[in-house]
Amino acid sequence: MAIQRRKFVAALGAGTIVGTAGCSSTGGSDGGGSGGNGTADEMPSVAGETLTLTTTTSTYDTGLLDEIHTDFEEMYGVTVDAVAQGTGAALETARNGDSDIVMVHARGLEDEFMRNGYGVNRRDLMFNDFVIVGPADDPAGIEGMGSATEALTTIAEAQAPFVSRGDNSGTHTKELNLWDAAGTDPGGDWYQETGTGMGEALNVANQQGAYTLSDRGTFISQRSEIDLTILVQGPIEGGPEILANPYGVMAVNPGVHENANYDLAMAYIGWITSPGVQNAISDYQVNGEQLFFPEAVSEDPDFQQYVPEGWSSDDADA
Amino acid sequence: MPLEPVAQLAPALLDAGAGPATSLLGASFREGYVGSIVAVSLYVSLTAVALSTLVSVPAAVAIGLTDFPGKGFVKSVVNTGMGFPSVVVGLVVLFAVSNQGPLGSLELIFTREAMIMSQFVLATPPITAISLAAVSGVDDGVRDAARVLGGTRVDVALVVIKEARYGIATAVLAGFGRAISEVGSVLIVGGNITSADGISKTRTLTTAIQLEARQGRYETAMVLGAVLVALVLTVNAVVVRFGDRGVTG
Repeated sequence: MAIQRRKFVAALGAGTIVGTAGCSSTGGSDGGGSGGNGTADEMPSVAGETLTLTTTTSTYDTGLLDEIHTDFEEMYGVTVDAVAQGTGAALETARNGDSDIVMVHARGLEDEFMRNGYGVNRRDLMFNDFVIVGPADDPAGIEGMGSATEALTTIAEAQAPFVSRGDNSGTHTKELNLWDAAGTDPGGDWYQETGTGMGEALNVANQQGAYTLSDRGTFISQRSEIDLTILVQGPIEGGPEILANPYGVMAVNPGVHENANYDLAMAYIGWITSPGVQNAISDYQVNGEQLFFPEAVSEDPDFQQYVPEGWSSDDADA
Repeated sequence: MPLEPVAQLAPALLDAGAGPATSLLGASFREGYVGSIVAVSLYVSLTAVALSTLVSVPAAVAIGLTDFPGKGFVKSVVNTGMGFPSVVVGLVVLFAVSNQGPLGSLELIFTREAMIMSQFVLATPPITAISLAAVSGVDDGVRDAARVLGGTRVDVALVVIKEARYGIATAVLAGFGRAISEVGSVLIVGGNITSADGISKTRTLTTAIQLEARQGRYETAMVLGAVLVALVLTVNAVVVRFGDRGVTG
């Protein structure tokens, strides 16, 4: 019989082996996965669980989270899955119940998240600041201005190229607030939205000799590769307070999403706001410069960190 | 069986190979980082393509060997599927596996399984379409001969698959190429996650390249791009070699 079925069966079998070889080899290297049942007996009961943290590109890309998370993972025997998305997307992911905790930097968006019931137990975590950067020859002449809004107005009047993140990130939100405060509605050929992360936006600005708003951390970690310089300083270097960049951390409300890993999220918030980890954040340096300034530990009460800005119990009664 | 140790060795070899090359270009990676993202890339794409092949090839043979009303329409749907933007597929899978979605209770978001799902969706149309073209190209005489010799419908199908094997191999490679090189869907449903010690959980070569480019580290991104190209070349070479040996032996 001319029909050689056996060979085809053999070929099919070989194909299956190829498929499963891929499975088993990588399955074996999956040490940090969520299925740590083998060690669960000797470890605390949270061991093997996974905490999904959605956060911003600025905290992730600076390497801070990788630096400090090992300590938390060892302390509790858990895995932290940090997903870097930008503030808007990080909050949206949490809103859909796909993360357990958020670490972001746009107080207005955080407040809305809390008011809608998605976030609970917010804490101030750390801060750095925004800076307005641009080409060293400074065509619009904003260098050294003490007011960020005046600098932006000057850029707009000069129609000097300006790169906007345009991605609903914390930095983009801050930029829009600044234009708003400046009473200027940016638009025209000189104003470009890139829709990308901070690093890419800095590169675009660098290549086009444009101005942009950057968080200090990302700018420092990238400064050696680009020709842009800081023209308007943030509050860390004596600039205007409006350029402050505070980061907050919040647990997802288990009353809204019952699958949220609330107790581990609260353990994380407790851990990251503890004096030891706050010191570690303070000590974290890139290119010899401190990127983040902790602000969770304080002698003084700061009740506003727990509630939306401007909220008071009197309003709630009304 | 002989493939398994090779698959385990591959990350180690690649790391060793990448070490001196990357230091030349000024790129430095943490130990095990490149190997782990290569492993995740291969695991996700090979699994997706294997599953997709199991569905696509029988489907292509079934469509190719039968005549039914609307066949042309089915073909054009499959061909259209080849052009699905990966980022749209990623969004659809995200809606499906999100906590709010129909598969939300399975908690698949930000896992390799979700990435396999989206790459399965991406790889199936090209594998089906190219296999279908290969099957349709088999001479009618071959089919008739098999039937005359008393072959069952399965026998006929197997003969046709044998005749179309090069086309089908091309189809599988095209599907693999699409899967391993796409960045849109795996970024959305996988989340581009590594553990704090730099071992990949859902980071693939493509999302790692995207991460480097986002930070303006274009040289490092290029190094990873070279690793990706080398990987695709290797897989293609292995499949071609394997295919030739299968025919002669």
